[in-house]
Amino acid sequence: MSENVVLQMKNIHKSFPGVRALQAVDFTLRSGEIHALMGENGAGKSTLIKVLTGVYAKDEGQIFLSGQEVTVHSPEAAQKMGISTVYQEITLCPNLSVAENMYIGRNSQIYQNWRKMNKGADAILKALDIPAKATQQLGTCSLAVQQMVAIARAVDTDCKVLILDEPTSSLDEQEVAKLFKLMRDLRSRGVGIVFVTHFLDQVYEICDRITVMRDGALVGEYAIKDLPRVQLVSKMLGKELDDMSDIHGEYESCKKQEGAPHVFEVEGLSSDAGVGPFDFYIDKGEVNGFTGLLGSGRSESVRAIFGADRVTGGVVKKNGNRVKIAKPIDAMKNGIAYLPEDRKRDGIVGDLSVRDNIILASQVLKGFLRPYSKAEAQKLAEEYIQLLNIKTASADTPIKALSGGNQQKVIVARWLLTHPEYLILDEPTRGIDIGTKVDIQKLVLKLASEGMSITFISSELDEMLRTCSRLIVMRDLKLVGELSGSDLNQSKVMNTIAGGEEQNEEN
Amino acid sequence: MKLLKKTRNLSDTNLLFIITLIVFFAMYIGAMVFMGSSFLKPQSFFNILNANAALIILSCGLSLVMITGGIDISVGGVTGLITMCCAVYLDYKGGSVLGAMLIALAIGIIYGVVQGFLVAYLEIQPFIVTLAGMFFARGMTTVVNTAPINVSNEEFTALKNTRIIIPFLGSVNKKGTYINAYIEIGVVVALLAVIVMFCILKWTKLGRSFYAVGGNRQSALMLGINVKRTRFCAHLMCSTLAGIGGFVYFLHVGSGSASHASGAEMNAIASSIIGGTMLTGGVGNIIGTFFGVLSLSTIQNIVSAAGFDEAWWTGITVAAMLCLFLIVQSVVMAVRKKK
Amino acid sequence: MKKTNAGRMSIFQNQLFIPLAALLLLLLFNLIADPNFFKITLGVNSSGNPVLSGYLITILDSGSELAILAIGMTLVTAATGGQDISVGATTAIAGSVLLRMLCGSNTRPDTLRMPILLAFLISCVVVMLFGAFNGVLIAVFKVQPMIATLILYTAGRSIAAWINNNELPIISDPAFSYFGTFIPGIPIPTPFFIAVLCMIIIAVVLKVTNLRLYTQAVGINEFSAKLNGLNPVFIKILSCMILGVCVAVVGLIKVSRISTINYSVIAQNIEMDAILAVALGGNSLSGGKFNMTASIIGAYVIQCLTTTLYKFNVRSDALPAYKAVVVILLVVFSAPVVRERLSSLVKKIRAKEAV
Repeated sequence: MSENVVLQMKNIHKSFPGVRALQAVDFTLRSGEIHALMGENGAGKSTLIKVLTGVYAKDEGQIFLSGQEVTVHSPEAAQKMGISTVYQEITLCPNLSVAENMYIGRNSQIYQNWRKMNKGADAILKALDIPAKATQQLGTCSLAVQQMVAIARAVDTDCKVLILDEPTSSLDEQEVAKLFKLMRDLRSRGVGIVFVTHFLDQVYEICDRITVMRDGALVGEYAIKDLPRVQLVSKMLGKELDDMSDIHGEYESCKKQEGAPHVFEVEGLSSDAGVGPFDFYIDKGEVNGFTGLLGSGRSESVRAIFGADRVTGGVVKKNGNRVKIAKPIDAMKNGIAYLPEDRKRDGIVGDLSVRDNIILASQVLKGFLRPYSKAEAQKLAEEYIQLLNIKTASADTPIKALSGGNQQKVIVARWLLTHPEYLILDEPTRGIDIGTKVDIQKLVLKLASEGMSITFISSELDEMLRTCSRLIVMRDLKLVGELSGSDLNQSKVMNTIAGGEEQNEEN
Repeated sequence: MKLLKKTRNLSDTNLLFIITLIVFFAMYIGAMVFMGSSFLKPQSFFNILNANAALIILSCGLSLVMITGGIDISVGGVTGLITMCCAVYLDYKGGSVLGAMLIALAIGIIYGVVQGFLVAYLEIQPFIVTLAGMFFARGMTTVVNTAPINVSNEEFTALKNTRIIIPFLGSVNKKGTYINAYIEIGVVVALLAVIVMFCILKWTKLGRSFYAVGGNRQSALMLGINVKRTRFCAHLMCSTLAGIGGFVYFLHVGSGSASHASGAEMNAIASSIIGGTMLTGGVGNIIGTFFGVLSLSTIQNIVSAAGFDEAWWTGITVAAMLCLFLIVQSVVMAVRKKK
Repeated sequence: MKKTNAGRMSIFQNQLFIPLAALLLLLLFNLIADPNFFKITLGVNSSGNPVLSGYLITILDSGSELAILAIGMTLVTAATGGQDISVGATTAIAGSVLLRMLCGSNTRPDTLRMPILLAFLISCVVVMLFGAFNGVLIAVFKVQPMIATLILYTAGRSIAAWINNNELPIISDPAFSYFGTFIPGIPIPTPFFIAVLCMIIIAVVLKVTNLRLYTQAVGINEFSAKLNGLNPVFIKILSCMILGVCVAVVGLIKVSRISTINYSVIAQNIEMDAILAVALGGNSLSGGKFNMTASIIGAYVIQCLTTTLYKFNVRSDALPAYKAVVVILLVVFSAPVVRERLSSLVKKIRAKEAV
């Protein structure tokens, strides 16, 4: 068996300021296998891959490639060693042509032969059935095509190890099928493939082995036939499924008064992010959710409601009265709060203290000329630090020094401080530890029972099934279905997302 | 808007290049039609080349750096420093022209190595580094020598006055004698620089890495490009070109002075931008830059021919052109992104 | 990052350490080189007023202009993550407008055409508009701040000359010269009082408004600031306009000093000094958190450096070369890459010592 091993990582450690991203992780890849690397967001999969490809330097540990110990200094070096990677976020240059993106940085010759390159690229594109021309500027292609080009690039290099880091999240079914065919071809040629994905179906369709990670540590390596789905999920989550199945019962759901107008209602809303037009409403004390694949428009919808993207049409009504929401401050004044999807980019203000981060939104609402006094701000900050159990050295600590989960809690605190009537939580549980996840879900239900309307969005379906009483399903930036009551189960939602059922096609 | 939609198949680089060409030819033909005689003579076109040979070289270098997403505002200062050093060397020290050339080149290369290292390997903002570089050069120029020097070295003046005759494009002057059209040696150097740089950018691995780094630095790293070395090379080449351009400038003016090439960095940046180089990096074309220089000096000629000949109009014109093109780029790109 | 920050906090206590240490170093150097540096004499100037003179007074005097600019520059740096390099040129514009308002087309007026305060307010408005122009380029068209301000850096002095038709009006009214020199009976230079006034104003503004929080939030994370209801475009433009006010004040002082203007020389190279002041104050030049006091002290330190260089007979046109070296040293030592290397080096040495 061991002579088959193409890549071995032993006892890998990596930490970032305030976070231990990897602790003693081992990973073994054999040639001619497709190896799934599984784990929740924040489990350390991406870090492990980035260590392997030389983006991050490891703190400790060894990497063996075909039995020889190697040190990977840079992505360039990794490529030369035969490790090719396709990342989830597209790492190509949008200003270059498709062909250049496939070939640049690979050969060592000084002179660039455009004709040969374009010819080669066209041949590969054709072989893989990618709808793009070699001479086209990459930026003009759709995201899915760009992702395919990235894969084409990786495939074309003579690699021993191919890493696919969530490559399917922006691909549709046919494209995924194409990709899988490709992966099988490569497997038969003896390439070791590391496949990171969130879609369990895909894992069981194509993979031979699974390595599961959790909280930066290795859980174990299993042959696919030895690990049924349910066990895989429980290994990823670190607890038996029924442990956390019912947090719903703890809180009395707020009864809707008959005849009362919807707290918020939108008609025909669309934004320049490409979503809509769609209709939507939410009642007092209701928890609903937008679901769909990444890029299906679930975030774009709530961003449109909050006025975060430029609204291009539609009407928003609050308690039946029309209100104008053109930018975030309008939404805030109408009692809407929005916790954004990308915590690092849109949520935290990294260098500012926890205190300033907590009071920020409320302060903006209060007005430019009416700052909180230092004592007031401190009191509010401490109150919420305690309320949400935020682990921080003090209110003065810069927020970027906190762990992901605590950062997220600070952002939640920020919006709770504005006392919203309608709270939108877009992926509040992404990349944070399991304890905080449960905390946040419980908080959602508690707030709802107190009468707050909440929209809860998560990539993890079971979280949404547990918290939401109504799910709005999106696909391709359009609303394709709405599920509630007994329809709220995994298979039904999955089917609606995939668009398998006829009733949803009508929309 | 519709026109822009039709251009979707063009790359950003080519689109901006076409805009530049249209602007230049529209302006020059317009000048020939409305301004009359002075723009009709071929020599007036060659005079634009003669006067701007150094600027063309500086702009080429700047375009390189800007394509990688950086900036270099030290080129004007370096040019000034070179004129002074070369003048002192030739006149006071009795040096040779070849020696002066080497001095110019050396200053450029040293600047390139230092600035490139600070920007690429220590990751300091290029603007701050080159701003300091500019001030350093300007200060050093007066340290080398305070007063302006007119060079009287014979070898040098002979080279300075060498003219290359362009056949068949002469004109007849008022007295009725035929005068040949000519260009100076600097123009040949400038055209060579343009061609060489164009080839490097188009057909070498290094040239394409400039674009990749400017397009998306993170992606370029992931694609296996040595980003640091690429950025270093861009600064090195830019400053080396500034060295060559500095000598060409010196050859054109024939004197050393602290006030030489003041504002040249601005003209070079403006030319690059007018020539279709994006400040954000990744987009640009050396031929476009060449036409950018021509456009800029044509508009200056037009402005002064129109009667606005006070000294301050030059600065204002350049600034206005730069401002206009920055806004045009910003708008065109915003529209394109939306599709 | 966290560790290095913590380390710095424990060693240096706070951000004021760097500028104060630099100031102390400079003073110490002067004390050793020539104690005369500290001599202050009380004399009588040409109009018969008691005035203090000496190197320290020069620092207090000229440093005040820089301190006023540093206030605005700090805000612009914090909000936009870049610096405004047009301040010297816009100072020329401010001075030119001021003279134009006071003199009209007559270059040697006996009486001023309007009250000085009114003329100042007009120049204020004009320069704020230029600031807004910079701000619009930066915030709306997303041009890098330094490139955007490069436009006015080049054109500014030309515009200033154009405003007065390239003439050099001279003001004979003695009251006008009070702003840049001395008020009769007070031996301390007026610019210092003006600077103190500006500091008080900015301190009050930072106290009673959310300027600090908003500017920092925009500077650190624009996207996040936007989702919290802030308008980054407005705040960036606002910071550029506040800098405009500072520039107008400096313009008044500069013009008042000589009662006339020299378009190509007025406030020459001051942009470099202002940026340097911000950097010396320990503020990140890429925006975000700022410390106003540190910037102001930084300004006086820069002036102290300039004066020291002058004292050692460095010519004024050679000064930029020296300062450029200081800037490079400053940015090199504050560069994250260098910091990281240094701290890992320190760690290694400590580890060795521990062994």
